[in-house]
Amino acid sequence: MSKIKIPPVLRGSTGGEKEVAADGDDVGEVLRALTEQHPGTQVQLFGEDGSLNRYVNVYLNDEDVRVLDGLDTPVKPDDTLVILPAMAGGR
Amino acid sequence: MASGADYIRKVKEQVKEVDPKEVRPLVESPNGAVIVDVREQQEFEEAHLPGARHVPRGHLESRIEGAVKDRSARVVLYCASGNRSALAAHTLEQELGYENVESMTGGITLWKDRGYKVEVPRRLTAEQRERYSRHLLVPEIGIEGQMKLLDAKVLLLGAGGLGSPTALYLAAAGVGTLGIVDDDVVDLSNLGRQVVHSNDRIGIPKVDSAEQAIGDINPDVEVVKYQTRLDASNIMEIIEGYDVIVDGVDNFPTRYLLNDATVRLKIPVVSASILGFDGQLSVFAPYEGPCYRCLYPTPPPAELAPSCGANGVLGALPGVMGVLQAIEVVKLVTGSGEPLIGRLLLYEALGTTFTDLKVRRDPECPICSRDPESISSEEMGVFPDYEDFCAG
Repeated sequence: MSKIKIPPVLRGSTGGEKEVAADGDDVGEVLRALTEQHPGTQVQLFGEDGSLNRYVNVYLNDEDVRVLDGLDTPVKPDDTLVILPAMAGGR
Repeated sequence: MASGADYIRKVKEQVKEVDPKEVRPLVESPNGAVIVDVREQQEFEEAHLPGARHVPRGHLESRIEGAVKDRSARVVLYCASGNRSALAAHTLEQELGYENVESMTGGITLWKDRGYKVEVPRRLTAEQRERYSRHLLVPEIGIEGQMKLLDAKVLLLGAGGLGSPTALYLAAAGVGTLGIVDDDVVDLSNLGRQVVHSNDRIGIPKVDSAEQAIGDINPDVEVVKYQTRLDASNIMEIIEGYDVIVDGVDNFPTRYLLNDATVRLKIPVVSASILGFDGQLSVFAPYEGPCYRCLYPTPPPAELAPSCGANGVLGALPGVMGVLQAIEVVKLVTGSGEPLIGRLLLYEALGTTFTDLKVRRDPECPICSRDPESISSEEMGVFPDYEDFCAG
């Protein structure tokens, strides 16, 4: 099982969970396993064509998957995925 | 028993002396030679040869290795008139095994009489020495770093949650000029986290309130107030001339606008954002590391852009993130450490975890992959479909 860190704005869709465990051999599979467990995350993560929304950054451990192989990047069971949308709060 | 003068004369016969005219070219190109001033601290601070290292004769034996490690290096010592440097040269040769030591005849007095250049270091006042004493003790800052802080111009965007702690700590650190952009007035609901303001200043403009708090901490700091909202019409005028910008704004349009303008002007931005118990921090140094658009190419839609709605935040969270911003500013200004360039730090307060992520420059970034001169005012801060998202 890989670990997925859920950002504050998505926690409403994961029942408040900050971390979710999910199975998968690559980034796409792990994220789709997340959307199966928590369907509310589907529209927030993926566009209608099944690709990752551009405003969502996903990191495999500390590396942006955009500089790896995107959704096809292989994932090992002890890896951590970080989902990170931009935040703008300052006050 | 020989007199002191006799002893000095005898020592001078034993050491190699060198005329200032032969030392002069070494100031420009040392070629491995080291010039050492052996006078007292106060004399050194008044004026010294450019590039000279300082080892007072009283500390010669204990400190010379810090200034000149290689015992075979050419070492030229000088003092006020050539006596103390001759005695020091004698010690270095006879007692400490330095092989190539010279004493400059006539010292800095003759050097100046010849009209050669000296370096007059800027000095801190006695009060400043006391105020910044802890900084002066830290080698990474020291007197040089403190001088850089006193010369620095830092612009704070917002005197709110993040801007409060950065304003207070940067004022305390002696940043010479602090610009503050904020169009708001102090409200009771701000006081749970915006610690630069106070009960008795409710209702007055935040820039005035912050100015008062800064002045109470450190009268060295000049505050430049901009009681306005940063927008496309005023951004270039406001930010130009600042060395570092601290971004604590609460909406995406301004963050993208700021990014584009600072890339164009090549001004580094220390950027933080907060929500609930979560904070993010990064330093965007144009052309050295990624920019904000490399990290976030597109702003999120309204439902994922929490600043658009009313959201809570733990009062102490902007304290943590704002102080981290202040530290990054001090590092950038003094050139110390490794600033958070090309990295994004996440702080999750509920679990007390810090996560460090890599941020890469996007070779296809619409802004920082281009020459700064080619970024036009019309396209700064623009997104084709941004109006659908969030007006801030």
